[in-house]
Amino acid sequence: MYKYDAIDQQLVNERVAQYRDQTNRYLAGELSEEEFRPLRLQNGLYIQRQAPMLRIAVPYGMLSSKQLRKLGEIAKKYDKAYGHFSTRQNLQLNWPKLEDVPEILAELATVEMHAIQTSGNCIRNITTDQFAGVAPDEVIDPRTMAEVMRQWSTFHPEFALLPRKFKIAVSGTEQDRAIVQAHDIGMEFYVDAKGQTAIKVWVGGGLGRTPILGTVIREHLEWQHALTYCEAIIRVYNIHGRRDNAYKARIKILVKALGIEDFKQQVEAEWLHLKDNPNTITEAELARVGQHFESMPYETLPAHDSSFDSAIASNPAFAAWVKRCVHTHKQSGYRAVTLSLKPHGHAPGDITSEQMAVVADLADAYSFGELRASHEQNLILADVKLSDLLPLWEKARAAGLATPNIGLLTDIICCPGGDFCSLANAKSIPIAEAIQMQFDNLDYLHDIGDLELNISGCMNACGHHHVGHIGILGVDKDGSEWYQVTIGGKQGNDASIGSVIGPSFSADEMPGVVQRLIEVYIQERTPEERFIDTVRRIGVPPFKAHVYASKEAANV
Amino acid sequence: MSNLIKDNAIVADEWTRVIPPNLGEETVRKQAGKVVLFKLTGEETFSDEQIAATLIPAGKVLVPFTVWRANKDALANRVSQGEVGLLIATHEAIEDVIAEVKDINVFALVAVYVERFADGRIFTIGNLLRTRFGFKNELRAVGDVLRDQLFFLKRSGFNSYLIRADRNAQEALRSLTDFSEPYQGAVDIAQPAWRRTNR
Ligand code: HEM
Ligand code: SF4
Repeated sequence: MYKYDAIDQQLVNERVAQYRDQTNRYLAGELSEEEFRPLRLQNGLYIQRQAPMLRIAVPYGMLSSKQLRKLGEIAKKYDKAYGHFSTRQNLQLNWPKLEDVPEILAELATVEMHAIQTSGNCIRNITTDQFAGVAPDEVIDPRTMAEVMRQWSTFHPEFALLPRKFKIAVSGTEQDRAIVQAHDIGMEFYVDAKGQTAIKVWVGGGLGRTPILGTVIREHLEWQHALTYCEAIIRVYNIHGRRDNAYKARIKILVKALGIEDFKQQVEAEWLHLKDNPNTITEAELARVGQHFESMPYETLPAHDSSFDSAIASNPAFAAWVKRCVHTHKQSGYRAVTLSLKPHGHAPGDITSEQMAVVADLADAYSFGELRASHEQNLILADVKLSDLLPLWEKARAAGLATPNIGLLTDIICCPGGDFCSLANAKSIPIAEAIQMQFDNLDYLHDIGDLELNISGCMNACGHHHVGHIGILGVDKDGSEWYQVTIGGKQGNDASIGSVIGPSFSADEMPGVVQRLIEVYIQERTPEERFIDTVRRIGVPPFKAHVYASKEAANV
Repeated sequence: MSNLIKDNAIVADEWTRVIPPNLGEETVRKQAGKVVLFKLTGEETFSDEQIAATLIPAGKVLVPFTVWRANKDALANRVSQGEVGLLIATHEAIEDVIAEVKDINVFALVAVYVERFADGRIFTIGNLLRTRFGFKNELRAVGDVLRDQLFFLKRSGFNSYLIRADRNAQEALRSLTDFSEPYQGAVDIAQPAWRRTNR
């Protein structure tokens, strides 16, 4: 993974000094609440219900074991000994003290980490596929470009105070796993007819209050121009994006208002001026950054391993875990492993300091000392030998990190919701926990198969509920907490936004509602169909009918 | 004591900012109705009456674009004496301003007024003035200008900053050097880090 040189390190150190000074000025009363706000936000510090919340950047999800160990120590020293991996490949601490943040940042800087631009109206952490570099369907490893873009976007002076936050995702696979269509800019890398790396550029996607999938603004962009083209897009947005109403300030609203043709014309006109400026990427720079992402020193291994095969045959629990948590790898004899942060009955994405230490050790022992955070809020060890899977599983299981539920109904994506977030309409974590307990039977869970369930505590959609096969949204009705249910949302190349099935439900009803949705699916499915396929084939009405029929019956 | 930073020092402000009088009428706040009005949405603009009632004193004056436009001929002489600075608000389309003034370098000073700290359009406007429209003279940020914008303003082509009156310019000065080696190319340093040094 990328290692800092003197320039990177100096920048992060200077940031710590700058932020320490800003915090001191605020504490001394020299900065008002309102003036300090954008400053702390650009550093990932929110003030929430219980306490401040600090969001630490995990650029495109990559972490070293050393970094994770440090995160565990920080959570222990300055917080309640746990952290929360978010859907944007960041780590959040829920209870740090405002006065401690400069110290936390100083500690982060010692392991090449920071909280720069993890919040605020600026270019945020750039996200990508958690299997970057190891996925068999990968065309181009997007991490090199993600790192080049990370550096370019860090303190980009022109885009320091945009109308609203700005999220960029990059992807280099056939099957999109970075949800490029749900980002302000999505960069999809591919190899063009001439054998050159090219980019398909999407713009104006985003979830939140007004869920909109992105539109292609350019089918073919040469990689050299990735930065200058983004500059053109963001410049048009910076000038013309609305600043009078935060709910209408995202680029998606501007793109919709102007229409993609008009918007594109403005961007292209701007780009004529910016194209070939010094931010144009050179072969040399790409190679310099790219050397950090070269393949791991893999051993030459056969495609099969007999100890692994016999463990699968004799140990059903291990086999179940392999089925859900182990993924194919481009290198023969290797696998990628997802460590589930979704044990049933716990807040999705949460991880204790002790677990962080365990994962760091596992990464050192079995995966070249590196790991990734996924936007599904799990951790990935990307390069594990087949023969190491059994011992890895045993250790992960002992630490509560081997729930065999990846991609299943209980692998819930969930925002912090009303327990932590002051914007929430409703709690989301208890709903996730209740649903997980309802479906605690693993055989049943495996029978239901691939299903994505997403929960957001309000329309800001931090839990991506619009693209969940089942989406749950907290709504406020006369001051009490209710939940609206959508089905048919999907991420990926054929992304779609879910449809609301009808009036909302109380918290108590939610596990039963999900249960009934599943009943319809089990009843209607063809042998190959996943839940989402059945929804797409038969539509919302049968689901709606069954859910509300039993609701009415219950009310009689 | 002056609150003006120019280049890297605090200096006296020689310019008088011309502010159209408040005529007691309702402030005009344009509503978003059409997309083309996005940039005007909710922003204060001076009415024709206000512009007509504006008095322009002697000496070096910083004049709002719309006031200058209404008094273009009367001010022509003073412009050539280097006595007129042009004040552009962040919601004014810079292309329109340039189309109207033709040669922006006739002004000894161009200032960009930012009503709120969070309004980052000022950075793009500075950048365009320097890189596209070739402005060479003093480029100043005025309005809600606080210490924590300075580094970005400098990188966007500004070389003077009128710090908000209730703040200490001496302290603000320090922020110009918050970071020593910025990553990306911008107006002040055109080359990105990897072109400047052997990384
Ligand atoms: C508890 C503190 C949090 C607050 C106050 C908060 C606030 C917000 C707000 C206001 C938005 C909507 C912005 C807009 O549409 O312009 C948003 C979007 C989003 N948040 Fe959060 N959030 C919080 C925590 C999280 C967490 C923990 C995650 C990850 C699990 C997350 C992931 C996201 C994502 C992915 C979006 C983007 C949705 C989109 O594309 O518009 N947020 N957040
Ligand atoms: S979706 Fe709403 S409740 Fe959940 S974290 Fe985001 S802002 Fe808070």
